[in-house]
Amino acid sequence: MIKFLTFFGRYFILMRRVLSKPDKWYIFRNRVSFEMEALGLNSIGIAAIISIFMGAVVALQMAINLESPFIPRMLIGYATREIMILEFSSTVVALILAGKVGSNIASEIGTMRITEQIDALEIMGINSANYLILPKIIATVLFFPFLAIMSTIIGCFGGYFIAWVTGIMNPVDYVDGLMLDFKSTSIIYSLVKIAVFAFLITSISGMYGYYAHGNSLEVGRASTKAVVVSSIAILAFDLILTQLILI
Amino acid sequence: MITTEHLYKSFDNKEVLDDISVVFEQGKTNLIIGQSGSGKTVLLKCLVGLHPIDKGAILYDDVCFNTLSAKDRQQMRRHVGMIFQGGALLDSSTVRENVKLPLDMFTDRSEKEKIERVNFCLKRVNLENVNDLYPSELSGGMVKRVAIARAIVLNPKYLFCDEPNSGLDPMTSVVIDNLIKEITEEYNMTTIINTHDMNSVMEIGEKVIFIHKGRKWWEGTKYDILDSDNPELNAFVFASAMAKRSKECGNKNL
Repeated sequence: MIKFLTFFGRYFILMRRVLSKPDKWYIFRNRVSFEMEALGLNSIGIAAIISIFMGAVVALQMAINLESPFIPRMLIGYATREIMILEFSSTVVALILAGKVGSNIASEIGTMRITEQIDALEIMGINSANYLILPKIIATVLFFPFLAIMSTIIGCFGGYFIAWVTGIMNPVDYVDGLMLDFKSTSIIYSLVKIAVFAFLITSISGMYGYYAHGNSLEVGRASTKAVVVSSIAILAFDLILTQLILI
Repeated sequence: MITTEHLYKSFDNKEVLDDISVVFEQGKTNLIIGQSGSGKTVLLKCLVGLHPIDKGAILYDDVCFNTLSAKDRQQMRRHVGMIFQGGALLDSSTVRENVKLPLDMFTDRSEKEKIERVNFCLKRVNLENVNDLYPSELSGGMVKRVAIARAIVLNPKYLFCDEPNSGLDPMTSVVIDNLIKEITEEYNMTTIINTHDMNSVMEIGEKVIFIHKGRKWWEGTKYDILDSDNPELNAFVFASAMAKRSKECGNKNL
């Protein structure tokens, strides 16, 4: 219980420093663009690869399990699209990015801590938490929704590709299903979720890196903890946001 | 001038600094010496506010640093330069970006003026044509010089150095020591250097404070050290074989 409270205490104290006004806006803008490239653009590849395979697998599973003359085949495309939008492109992509981006942030900031680079920033009079973590938060919150949209599109294409290659269903039916009963609220729900997840991944990983101490082993531990705690936070907030937005 | 008055600091009920009262003089190189684990680094980190103190006062000229608000302390730190043991240069930035960072953050100078100032500071520490290199591409001595350039880029009033010679060969150490001394005199700074290198003490020790078991054990100049009859100080000063031999030979010009 004490550990739990200590975690929240440290998190909110750090967030108070992180979410303050940057000293110089043009430096902040430059750092946000840098982080967009480092954390966002560099994650496109992994998000795309996972999405195409997951889209294909979801479509295959649907085709195998909805084998009934009473169920129209177009529902395979519909179900694939809904799964991609509602859960995969936001939650699963976020879990994967928690591993890639979260460990990257925690180890980068943790290494800066143990090599006294953060102390050097503090001595210069720079709010190191704000300087290092806020650009990462803004960059991911702005960029990850694009990854979610891209993931949905690529996942749906993955389903189409498997339908076309294996002949397990008619690709035309699949496309009809993709366009069936489209609700824009689902997209909004997905984008809100991934933006919240982006904030959680970056802030939690930033915190573990920022409070790292000791040696490289400790940085490794901080990195692992950052991924585990970010993943749990994503799943918890998935439940909360689904309850709040969809029900 | 920086003054500490009855400074106490402990970690987990273990007293690390015990009643330290010292005056660090302006325009001089003030050296804190002592064995590893004696509390030198904790003292230095308390002086710059990286560790909060338990009791006592730290005065930067007439301003009580340890009671300043976080915002005022941040303002005060703009007059402070610090050279860390490992240099603490930002790995993802080039030499130019590292030295320019304080100018970017706290001045409204034009880009041209900032670059001129960066080049001036790098030239002052005898570094040229390294502006576009990353810290990983520099030697240990060069990293220390870049750290010095970054520390002086805003003309600080106070300079702190945490073991500036660690990991350097004796010749480079002398160069770094002399550079720090020259800069201290040039800018009339209050410079505090944390070291256990006796060569540095004999080279630039205008004021020397010996810390032992977290307490101020001895205070004087480099000239007083050799004549001291303080047993702990003598054990520290004459620990090396070369120093012992010199003492035996009665050679006081170490």
